[in-house]
Amino acid sequence: MKDVGIVSYGAYIPRLRIKSSDIAHAWGKNPETITGGLGIIEKSVPSPDQDVATISVEAARAALARTNIDPQDIGAVYVGSESHPYAVKPTGTIVGEAIGATPILKVADYEFACKAGTAAIQTCMALVKSEMVRYGIAIGSDTSQAAPGDALEYAASAGGAAFIIGRENVIATINETCSFTTDTPDFWRREGRKYPAHGGRFTGAPAYFRHIMSNAQNLMKSVNSKPEDYNFAVFHQPNGKFPVRVAKMLGFTPDQIKQGLLCPIIGNTYSGSSMLGLASVLDVAEPGNRVFVTSYGSGAGSDAFDITITDNIKELPRKNAPLVSELIEKKQYVDYSTYAKYRDLLYED
Amino acid sequence: MLIIQPMLSIGIFYMRTDKMMRDVAIIGIGVTKFGELWDKSFRNLIAEAGSKALFDSGISGKELDALYVGSMSTGRFVGQEHVGALVADWSGFAHMHIPAIRVESACASGGLAVRQGYFSVASGMNDVVVVGGVEKMTDVVGDEATDTLATGLDQEWEAFFGATFPGLYAMIATRHMYEYGTTREQLAKIAVKNHANGALNPYAQFKRAIPLEKVLNSPMTAYPLGMLDCSPVSDGAAAVVLCAADKAKNYTDKPVKILGTGQASDTLSLHGRRDICTFDSTVYAGKKAYEQAKIKPDDVDVAEVHDCFTIAEIIAIEDLGFVKKGEGGKAIDEKITTLDGKIPVNPSGGLKAKGHPVGATGVAQIAEIVMQLRGEAGDRQVKDAKIGLAHNVGAVGASCVVHILEAI
Repeated sequence: MKDVGIVSYGAYIPRLRIKSSDIAHAWGKNPETITGGLGIIEKSVPSPDQDVATISVEAARAALARTNIDPQDIGAVYVGSESHPYAVKPTGTIVGEAIGATPILKVADYEFACKAGTAAIQTCMALVKSEMVRYGIAIGSDTSQAAPGDALEYAASAGGAAFIIGRENVIATINETCSFTTDTPDFWRREGRKYPAHGGRFTGAPAYFRHIMSNAQNLMKSVNSKPEDYNFAVFHQPNGKFPVRVAKMLGFTPDQIKQGLLCPIIGNTYSGSSMLGLASVLDVAEPGNRVFVTSYGSGAGSDAFDITITDNIKELPRKNAPLVSELIEKKQYVDYSTYAKYRDLLYED
Repeated sequence: MLIIQPMLSIGIFYMRTDKMMRDVAIIGIGVTKFGELWDKSFRNLIAEAGSKALFDSGISGKELDALYVGSMSTGRFVGQEHVGALVADWSGFAHMHIPAIRVESACASGGLAVRQGYFSVASGMNDVVVVGGVEKMTDVVGDEATDTLATGLDQEWEAFFGATFPGLYAMIATRHMYEYGTTREQLAKIAVKNHANGALNPYAQFKRAIPLEKVLNSPMTAYPLGMLDCSPVSDGAAAVVLCAADKAKNYTDKPVKILGTGQASDTLSLHGRRDICTFDSTVYAGKKAYEQAKIKPDDVDVAEVHDCFTIAEIIAIEDLGFVKKGEGGKAIDEKITTLDGKIPVNPSGGLKAKGHPVGATGVAQIAEIVMQLRGEAGDRQVKDAKIGLAHNVGAVGASCVVHILEAI
């Protein structure tokens, strides 16, 4: 059986930004304490006409723009998000139709807090590996919610990435993937509620750190690797501090995580978080590079991937779609009142 | 007249309680680590502390006459009441049918449980009792812990109008600054000292020293108290085994005698006090304990005081007579209360750094003093400590329990 891996990828980040300091001012908080404490300078904000469907379509189109794949050869679309526009009615059908992959198409929407997108990658890997489909598209995308005044408001942002998974012309072989899952209620949003709730500091040690640490160590054990074997490492980024700390705890250096660490300048894109980090790495990766990716989803679980970049990446026209750095640079600031209007904060939960 | 005469003599007889009570010693202690113990439940924690204390004392469950447990608000923190029976059950004593008593006096629940255990042994009714204190506070999120703690305030006159613990202690601090020139730096230095001590305590929630600037720049909770002026929300438990002093040597070579105990109350609400810079409950509880122990404040070698906020340590050392009223701030500048100072205060790290699982705190203070008097406090050992004092406050001073201990 041929190696399974990433054939192409695409990213999307909304253009609007709000500075953490503007949010802090609105709530009478010290901006320096917030920026320093969370490690977030600014975050992306979706426009009123942007949602998970539009972001997912943008990312999927960007991925296709870098290949000659006939959309009809795509046999599966899985969209992971915790802010699907509809409670009932899939985002995946909209994406499938928009990219021309319907109707002989397997589709489902996934939800697993911030790791639904990496779960979609695993599903596509299985479908491709078993030859049930030729190509599958896995998307992680969010326009995440945060209650006004909540600590999450500084982080919850919007963005997404799409990965075409296949057996042919693989630019990045996924050597191994593993998951670590428990029932840990650190963050949740009840049916019908507008904003999520969270367990405060409980989201740290027993949730984020336990699951990422355990899963990352399991992956390195199963492929017999060490942190220094990797050129790049990407971790889920709920804020600017956690990924830096977990990388250090595992033995990765700041240089290894630099390229994939986007939270400080775009915020936490939830299902898009670690996937945009990986997209940013693929923007610069060279043949032979090895990449370590670990996602985290509250509730709680982590998916980890051991990836090797192949020679095919040289043939991939990366410039055919915007690089992550270009999406980050293309920005326009909004103030808190505009943000509040766009994010529909002016109505009761 | 014939009827009144015996009544008067009974009255006098009762007042001279020290004559009829027997001495009580602590023969075993047990503490859990304090902190955000996500993987330990309320019942796990108290069972752990209790079994450690029983193991330390060397007694068997069959020798126990009663069990006391202090906890402030298990009903709101974990939805569990009927705590006495629960603790007896989870400690393995259900089939021995020993009496179990839950004691509550807000944050002084632990100290008061020790006092009730003391009475039961001193009276001759019981020979050996175990006293525990416990709180599991991190199962609630957000403001719920603050709201639950505020049930120790006056609901109708304080909490209902939005007053919280930090808010009320902040008022005390501002008044103390106004009356006596106490500074924010002096308050912050209390946190620095207690974190330095906590760094040496393996059971502490915060085993790390912090610099003064970090305390001064911590996010403001209620002026002048920043986040690092406040004790944390914690899980934890502690237990001690009390025994009639004349039988203590049967169990241990290092018994610690309870020389004195004092308890006092005050108005529940802060605005009812004659002076918000003094806790009269501390003054009176301290006075009673000193009198029974027949010692003066100067005789105390080591003290654990109730520093739920940095200002609370300042007024505690004043009200206990370690320094004059108004000089609590100066005491930290002069390093009187550091580990090697004239009277080391909170060698454990105090509530600030060791953690403050409210019901456990009063018992844990006693356990720390016992460790100090036995010479078993490791890196945080106070040299030549012979007499120790534990000071446990309920809410914003509406109740207070003071114990004085001596190695025998």
